[in-house]
Amino acid sequence: MTDRAKLLDLQFIESRHLLIELAAFLDRMDRHAGNGDYRFDALKNALPILLEDRPDRAKAILEALSDQSAEPIPQAAFQGAFGAPLPLQTGN
Amino acid sequence: MVSRTTDDYQALALAGCEAVCEPAFWAGFDRSSPQGFYDYFSQLTEYEPRRAAKFGIRHFSWLCINPKEADDPVFAREVMSLIPQFLGAATVLGIGEIGLNKNTRNELAIFEEHVQLALDHDLPILIHTPHLEDKLKGTRLTLDALANFPALDRAKVIIDHVEEHTVAPVLEAGYWAGLTLYPHSKCSLDRAIDMLEVHGPDRLWMNSACDWGVSDPLAVPKCALRMKARGHPAPAIEQVIHENPRRFLSQSPRFVLESLTS
Repeated sequence: MTDRAKLLDLQFIESRHLLIELAAFLDRMDRHAGNGDYRFDALKNALPILLEDRPDRAKAILEALSDQSAEPIPQAAFQGAFGAPLPLQTGN
Repeated sequence: MVSRTTDDYQALALAGCEAVCEPAFWAGFDRSSPQGFYDYFSQLTEYEPRRAAKFGIRHFSWLCINPKEADDPVFAREVMSLIPQFLGAATVLGIGEIGLNKNTRNELAIFEEHVQLALDHDLPILIHTPHLEDKLKGTRLTLDALANFPALDRAKVIIDHVEEHTVAPVLEAGYWAGLTLYPHSKCSLDRAIDMLEVHGPDRLWMNSACDWGVSDPLAVPKCALRMKARGHPAPAIEQVIHENPRRFLSQSPRFVLESLTS
């Protein structure tokens, strides 16, 4: 496999691009009117994980954006998924 | 491949693809009757193998009622009653992609009935895990449900669409894990390679999402190129994109890769 220098050569520009895209999305949301939204809250709440000193940040962010409840639900109100748990699904 | 154009088969052939296996899945809309599934199963077992064969590609399929349409148990059981008559088709590998969508009680019941159907016919199983926020819970419910089938050979079960938060429990429980590659929104090429590096290649398998959304039938060969760029040697790439799926799928005696022209 490769080393850090080669990974940077391969992926630094792409990662820089993704980071700026995320920053611009946050700016864009702040600039526009509208109500609060559980998806945006979940995204912002997961951001500090990026700076944690740990080997599994991707896993931790996926978990932060997951429904943590344990029991099957009686019936589905809709078929799709939106990327962050509805407030009633947090299991808290 | 029912959602794809014939151009995709041509591109797959040009990329060196020898075989595709297609799970029964959602049509992009809910079908209005079980008879719609009869036609769909006929398409999967008769027409698609012929369409693929024109490009030298073997087409195999998995049959079930997919989780998105499994929340109505009466409807689902009517569809399931159609499946045994198709299990004798020469290209049917097993039962799939079964599993959960929104993690409902009815989905879980129908999932368990599909597992029993596979056991009754001694077939491999392909399991879908839910999308996005529902994946973690759905994977846990799936693993718990499978644990109630002591007769199940875990080496004949692949749990698909794993991501960083679900891959470890699937592998630790003894199942195969599938990395489904998407251009956007789900598992990327680099993240799949990361999981290979962290968890090892023994029971991991990559597949290209080929559905109604933005997806790329050439995701697997593109991932092979990415593995090469990240310094993975050719034998390691060959293991993941060719040998591993062949090892798992060969548990079905119907999975034969002999040349279509021989």
